[in-house]
Amino acid sequence: MIKKDVLIIGAGPTGLFCGHQLGIIGLSCEIVDNLDKAGGQCIELYPDKPIYDIPAVPECTGEELTNNLLQQIKPFNIKFHLNERVEELKKIEKRWNVKTSSGIEFDVAAIVIAGGVGSFEPRKFPVKECEKFEGKSLFYSIKDKSIFKDKIVSIFGGGDSALDWALELSNISKVNLIHRRDGFSGAESSVQKVKELNDQGKLNLFTKYQMEMVSGDKKIEVVKIKHDEGEIKEIKSDYVLGFFGLIMQLGPILNWGLNINKKTVLVNTENFETNVEGIFAIGDICSYPGKLKLILSGFHEGALAARGCFKYAKPDEKLRFEFTTTSKAAQERLGIKK
Amino acid sequence: MAKITYYTHDSKTHTIDVQNGLTVMEGAIQNDIPGIDADCGGGMACATCHVYVKEEWLSKLPKKEDGEEDMLDMAFEPKSNSRLSCQLIVSDELDGLEVNIPSKQG
Repeated sequence: MIKKDVLIIGAGPTGLFCGHQLGIIGLSCEIVDNLDKAGGQCIELYPDKPIYDIPAVPECTGEELTNNLLQQIKPFNIKFHLNERVEELKKIEKRWNVKTSSGIEFDVAAIVIAGGVGSFEPRKFPVKECEKFEGKSLFYSIKDKSIFKDKIVSIFGGGDSALDWALELSNISKVNLIHRRDGFSGAESSVQKVKELNDQGKLNLFTKYQMEMVSGDKKIEVVKIKHDEGEIKEIKSDYVLGFFGLIMQLGPILNWGLNINKKTVLVNTENFETNVEGIFAIGDICSYPGKLKLILSGFHEGALAARGCFKYAKPDEKLRFEFTTTSKAAQERLGIKK
Repeated sequence: MAKITYYTHDSKTHTIDVQNGLTVMEGAIQNDIPGIDADCGGGMACATCHVYVKEEWLSKLPKKEDGEEDMLDMAFEPKSNSRLSCQLIVSDELDGLEVNIPSKQG
């Protein structure tokens, strides 16, 4: 059991900066995120796209913003729990007991949900029959590529993941790469390599095809693919891989008794607390009249929510407002030596 | 102002007056038309505002910008008449536009 003042759910820019604000006012926290790295949408959706509306930063990419925030919160030694999803919350007396997907338990005074639009999960095939094979002979990510050795693998998608795995697996497997159009969103050099391998017969490329059906008894045997113009091909396959990026799902947050409206959590604008005492929501996941889904709004919300957490973490103390320019306590917490 | 008709998956028809300058996505969100999630808020980063445009309108719409087709690769059951509704900015020229909202966004 990990005992802290606050648990932050979500390691996007809003969650990271809230961690900073908690640190400044002397509260401890840890951060849980379902992705394998910090940064949230900034890192997952647009790491290379420039952002132009971070105050006092004329231009930076999602990745740079994330790295700068990580740098900024370094003095507080905040521990991250990545690849973890918060599953259950239980109120025990005045504190919260929180359980994650792999069974880590936290005992905290308050919770800040900075969950963006929910946790990122792989997008799946629209074909219903795929569910039956998922995790056995149909995958949306690869953990152990050795299972594909000398097998027929049909890969769907046109981004870097699909192209990179098609190239990689073509060394050990018989690969079919199926994509809905002639153009690819992945790197041009990979597209060229895939086309070369296709010309040499080392890989089969099918463009303008999409999945129509998978069939097999216990494992996949055949995949049916359909051309834009209606023609259907049957291809033998031992394994099917789908790479369609990630989608955000609210997931277990729906079960926590929060006021939810259209995938967002309603909060007050005084301290961004939800209808449940001790649970705050900030960033894209919260809503209130006038809400703007901007990173800068998330920073503001995080600063106020951190102060809102104070009364739960230190009920007998009064929080005094201070500036980092002059506050000795804040500077000590930042590790500034004079 | 343009009249936009959204056909939702529950076989309902919603015809709405949408102000010029808003996107077809925003027209749906502001009028509580179900089936358009718009998770990323219009940033062409999620493909959850995917719609099927009635064929006769395809050529009348502004062309896809770089990135829209890439994003449509990620959409749920994309077809040749697929568009991201966050990229369709409403103007008088779009008066009468009809779009079908897919059964799911992901």
